[in-house]
Amino acid sequence: MKLADYEPIVGPNIIEELKSLARRLKGKLVRNINSTAVGGGVAEILMRLVPLLNELGLDVRWDVIKGEERFFSITKKFHNMLHGKKVKLLPNEIELFLKNGEDNLKNMDLSGDILFIHDPQPIVLVKKKQFQKKSKWLWRCHIDVTEPNEQIWSFLKTFIEQYDASVFSSPNFAQQLKIRQFLIAPSIDPLSDKNKDLSQNEIADVLNRLKIAADKPIITQVSRFDYLKDPLGVIDVYRLVKKYTDCQLILAGGTATDDPESALVLNKVTEKAQGDPDIHILALPPTSDIEINALQRASTVILQKSVREGFALTVTEALWKAKPVVASAVGGIPLQIKHEFSGLLSRTTEGTAYWVKQLLNSPDYAQNLGRVGKEHVRQNFLLTRHLREYLLLFLALYHHSDIVNI
Amino acid sequence: MMKEAKQPFVFYTRLHLQELTSRKARSLKELLENIREVSGSVIYHHTHSFLQRYQSLSPEPPNDFAYWVGEVLGEQKLAEELASIDTIQFSSIRALRNKLTQTIASHIRQMERTGQGQFRVASRQEQFHFVKSISFIFPTPYLAHDLLEFVEVLKKVTINSIYFHVFEAKLRLEKSVNDFSFWIDTNLDMPALAEKLARLDPYTYNLQGLRAKIIDSINNYIKENSK
Repeated sequence: MKLADYEPIVGPNIIEELKSLARRLKGKLVRNINSTAVGGGVAEILMRLVPLLNELGLDVRWDVIKGEERFFSITKKFHNMLHGKKVKLLPNEIELFLKNGEDNLKNMDLSGDILFIHDPQPIVLVKKKQFQKKSKWLWRCHIDVTEPNEQIWSFLKTFIEQYDASVFSSPNFAQQLKIRQFLIAPSIDPLSDKNKDLSQNEIADVLNRLKIAADKPIITQVSRFDYLKDPLGVIDVYRLVKKYTDCQLILAGGTATDDPESALVLNKVTEKAQGDPDIHILALPPTSDIEINALQRASTVILQKSVREGFALTVTEALWKAKPVVASAVGGIPLQIKHEFSGLLSRTTEGTAYWVKQLLNSPDYAQNLGRVGKEHVRQNFLLTRHLREYLLLFLALYHHSDIVNI
Repeated sequence: MMKEAKQPFVFYTRLHLQELTSRKARSLKELLENIREVSGSVIYHHTHSFLQRYQSLSPEPPNDFAYWVGEVLGEQKLAEELASIDTIQFSSIRALRNKLTQTIASHIRQMERTGQGQFRVASRQEQFHFVKSISFIFPTPYLAHDLLEFVEVLKKVTINSIYFHVFEAKLRLEKSVNDFSFWIDTNLDMPALAEKLARLDPYTYNLQGLRAKIIDSINNYIKENSK
């Protein structure tokens, strides 16, 4: 994609503003480093942002650290511990993690004006900073660290505080740190398969393929089959609503074959839904972006009844499609939904059902919420805003006051 | 023939980056304590970020403090008092901060005196996080040499530019009047129009509405004065 492709969506003056900002960073070498070139949210966002930053005149590169299977199973454990899992990090695991860091330090080109390190896997690379006095080092945390396991956080903190600044995705993730912490929310790409406009025919094709008839209102939740997303609670909500309004429910999510809990939750959900032809449980392969897009667009109301959330990009996607959303007031959801303005927030099963009934019976109100929600995403959560904030972040590394004339 | 300005108006813009402070509040008393102690950039952020985040929403929610006190703590009366603070009357963040603290402190005293109400504590998920705005200010390519050019540029610039000249210049940079009124008065010698724009309460419009209102006022002025 080119910057010009985004102009019809955000307006020419937003693109002009990006170019103006980028001129102040022209030629700066920004080196992104993460742990994988494909798969996962970090790679997905870098894949989109790096070419656009280069088009703006920066010299932006993207390198990936090397590591063996054992290293990645340890960093997977880090990830779970950052989510709060109560397990112990063993001395040999720490040793192997540090050894990997040393190996990558020896073998990687770490030249550049700004070293932009993503997540814990490559965090050790900051050791090089002491030999590069002119380089700025940034650590970007893409993980939900609302309540991290104390052991892993103390361990990582010794590295984090060597950076010039850190970046988190939600105010809930803020930590006590000696370095600056910036807040940059994730974003969606309005031109990706998951979010681009679809014709009525394309939507109908997907519904036909998935054997869903659009003959009654559709309530949908898109998320992986995980207790934290409360899919069983979503069925309860649907049943409370169904007493008064004939409707159908779609629970659509990816299948994670490597996650035994996911299969267990999927079984429980299937069991609970048994006998009701109006509940559609769709375990979709990872290549189903167009299908997810079409399901969201075909829905009357979208739910996100999570118990815990990171930023909840599924909510962003639904809002972008101008859909009325009822979602739990957790994680990054309140950043996206201001109750009764851009969607509805709920805290209980009964409350969620109450709001869904209101929306099904008041289509004008539902439409208005959807309209405001879409504009809110246009102004705050599209890729172009992410791009702008990365440019501002790079500039902030060279300025330390709260009001900066550039 | 349009009167030419002594000095052209240079349109600037400003963009914000948010910085986390690690400060949090779960109750009214914690909110008050933090409002007293945080930097002016934090107060500025929480009294203005709604305007930017909800540019097309009308009427936009007033400010983060009022919204949180009402929606999360359920203190509707205090929420209304905070929402109705007349931000345009304050020429400095310091003065605005004083008004906020007085309003919350007086509400707490009243609750303690009368024993009415209950000091609620927000869940960790819904606690208030204090964030500050870092503003980056820079010139746009747009200049206006007279009122007609000025109104044409107003239609084109980003909402961030209008925001900068109307809100940020006045409150954060502590100028006595918004930049548009100042230029129209001192460079075009049109005090009546300058006064009209200065009297607008920009906090009662969404940003697109504010753009339309300013353009409208200028177009009307041009029409009336070309008769």
